[in-house]
Amino acid sequence: MKPYKKVDEKDLEVLRSFVSEDRIFVNDDIHPDYSHDEMMIYGKRKPEVVIQIKNAQEAAKIMKYASEKNIAVTPRGAGTGLCGGCVPLEGGIVVNTSLMNHILEIDPDTMSVTLEPGVLLMEVQEAVKNAGFLYAPDPGEKSATVGGNVMTNAGGMRAVKYGVTRDYVRGMQVVTPEGEILELGGKVAKNSSGYSLLHLMIGSEGTLGIVTRITMKILPSPKKMTSLLIPFDSLSAALKTVPEIMKLPDVATTIEFMEKEVLDDAQEYLGKEFPNRNYPAYLIVSYSGNSQAQIESMLDRASETAMKNKALDVFLSDTEERQEAIWNARGAFLEAIKNSTTEMDECDVVLNLDKVVEFVEYTRECSKKYHVRIRSFGHAGDGNLHVYICKDDMDDATWTRVVHEVMDGFYAKARELNGQVSGEHGIGHAKKKYLEESVGETQIQLMRKIKQVFDPRFILNPGKIVD
Amino acid sequence: MKIVVCVKQVPDTQKVQVDPETGVLIRQGIDTKMNPYDLYALETAFRIKEKTQAEIYVITMGPDSAKAVLYESMALGADDAWLMSDRRFAGADVLATSFTLAQGIKTMGHVDLILCGKQTTDGDTAQVGPAIGEVLKIPHVSWVRKLIDADEKGITVLQEMMDSVAEVRLNYPCLLTVEKGIFEPGLPSYLKMKEAKKKDIHLLTMDDCECRDIRRYGLSGSPTQVEKIFEPSYDLESVRLEGTSEENASALYDKLLELKVFEGGKKHGTIGN
Repeated sequence: MKPYKKVDEKDLEVLRSFVSEDRIFVNDDIHPDYSHDEMMIYGKRKPEVVIQIKNAQEAAKIMKYASEKNIAVTPRGAGTGLCGGCVPLEGGIVVNTSLMNHILEIDPDTMSVTLEPGVLLMEVQEAVKNAGFLYAPDPGEKSATVGGNVMTNAGGMRAVKYGVTRDYVRGMQVVTPEGEILELGGKVAKNSSGYSLLHLMIGSEGTLGIVTRITMKILPSPKKMTSLLIPFDSLSAALKTVPEIMKLPDVATTIEFMEKEVLDDAQEYLGKEFPNRNYPAYLIVSYSGNSQAQIESMLDRASETAMKNKALDVFLSDTEERQEAIWNARGAFLEAIKNSTTEMDECDVVLNLDKVVEFVEYTRECSKKYHVRIRSFGHAGDGNLHVYICKDDMDDATWTRVVHEVMDGFYAKARELNGQVSGEHGIGHAKKKYLEESVGETQIQLMRKIKQVFDPRFILNPGKIVD
Repeated sequence: MKIVVCVKQVPDTQKVQVDPETGVLIRQGIDTKMNPYDLYALETAFRIKEKTQAEIYVITMGPDSAKAVLYESMALGADDAWLMSDRRFAGADVLATSFTLAQGIKTMGHVDLILCGKQTTDGDTAQVGPAIGEVLKIPHVSWVRKLIDADEKGITVLQEMMDSVAEVRLNYPCLLTVEKGIFEPGLPSYLKMKEAKKKDIHLLTMDDCECRDIRRYGLSGSPTQVEKIFEPSYDLESVRLEGTSEENASALYDKLLELKVFEGGKKHGTIGN
């Protein structure tokens, strides 16, 4: 509870008895990265101490002590979040799980992978692929940790067919704010045993516990994955085609949208041309399957549907080289936009599929009204948009006013269209106000009470999701 | 203006598999694709077409199934396609292959520019392109990494060599082999593929060629004796820099320059002072 106790020499002495000294950092030894996530606009705060843990027991000792002493603790993975979720708003201790980076087991008999939370997404994807299986969740930021993915319920590009990170978590070992070690779920494929604390923990952004081990479902790997790059003369035309593609008998793995302006930013950022780049807007639609014939019939149906819906052409990306050219560019969008401007703010709303066009058109109106550059891209197949407001050369005072007004407008519009505040990035501390406006007082109170049950002193990741 | 692009169907695999008994490349049961380097040659042709309104023809030698890469070429933007298919062409080495392709190109009448990929990903010899130039007795330049200019009369390119680059101007007719990355290849178009499927691919046998001497084609035209085929080994050179940050930065800069990651820059001032 506020005011939290500052970490002093005495506390450090105790903490040094929990973990070896070379994994405890204070003062100038704390790297500046620990004070923020990927979105600098949401502020910085340096912790008093950073501890790199290696196991659940260490986390439990730290939490028990912090709980007794009322010291704020902020868990952290790779720090690639976009809502300020890992910013230690109250200083205190940052518990970093990135040394817990071992894949413990890939078990074909239960079709599961068990790993420590600091394993990077790209590492688990590669390891599972090498074992002949598919790790289905595919968030854009491959250098994020799996722990971070689970704690924000990250989505990603393949969610249309495979769902999001939540759908793959079977078990978790979690350290509670009071220092208890919980085993939630396991390797079992389904579970209807009481309230799901597991699913409460997923997406909790480190406010209910520190994850120290995760078991995830893996899938048989499809033999082939092919994408279609479909150009349109406007983004609206592209987005209007999405529901038609969704109605086809084959479930697309991925349906993404993008505009020429964002592609230009990505080209600039990567120093590499994008194939067939001179169209105003695109959809990328991917299909996976096990034979050429199966994939071809999927592609034919999708191509015909696209052409009937005002596509200007359909381009086929059917080899590894071609897939790389498209997906490397797509994967660089966030960094490319960031690189193109001086500062930016982001909105990650999720909308009903049939409302995406209306929302995008609204963002364009805002861009004109406020004379501010707005870029968007996102997961058209699940209505999840990433909209970026770019500061460019706007003066600070105007920027502060404009960014607030535009953001307020975005979230109000999303509410009006029955959308939700965040599709996959979470709430952190940056989107709390919008969450409250969106779900209302009753739900916020329920969330607050849940938080209180797990963390009666509000010491774990304070200031995030609910106060 | 007329541009011919030579293309080849290759196994769609990163690793070439060799039958340990016979030492022959395993092609059966493996999916095929267009040789990736040929995509760069095609894209180069399309960029020249933007400037010169050239007609783009593609040619390949192979069995009937090789038509797939010709249709793909047309789906990418080629105007017309030729398949050289004849049992008498089978078993050709570099010499016989380049001779055969040159014969095929001759049937197309006057050709201004011939483009090939630097090499294929199955044979890896990088010799067929230049050898076609030799058979046709036209100037040729390999390892082209940049198109500087092209007009109705000739073409100016940047040629990549081991430790230098050369800017070369060639008058037509001439032949170039292009490096990976000269342009980002486009993707096959659904609309163009539909159009291509309506077209007939021109078929050529030995009987259509100017030279009908069987000793120049296929196995009998191939003096190469293959002793052994094996997978190439890829050695990754690893350099470990040990020193202060400034020394390492400077050494890394020199190494990247040596590897031509960036072009002939000069060090400005002394790093670290």
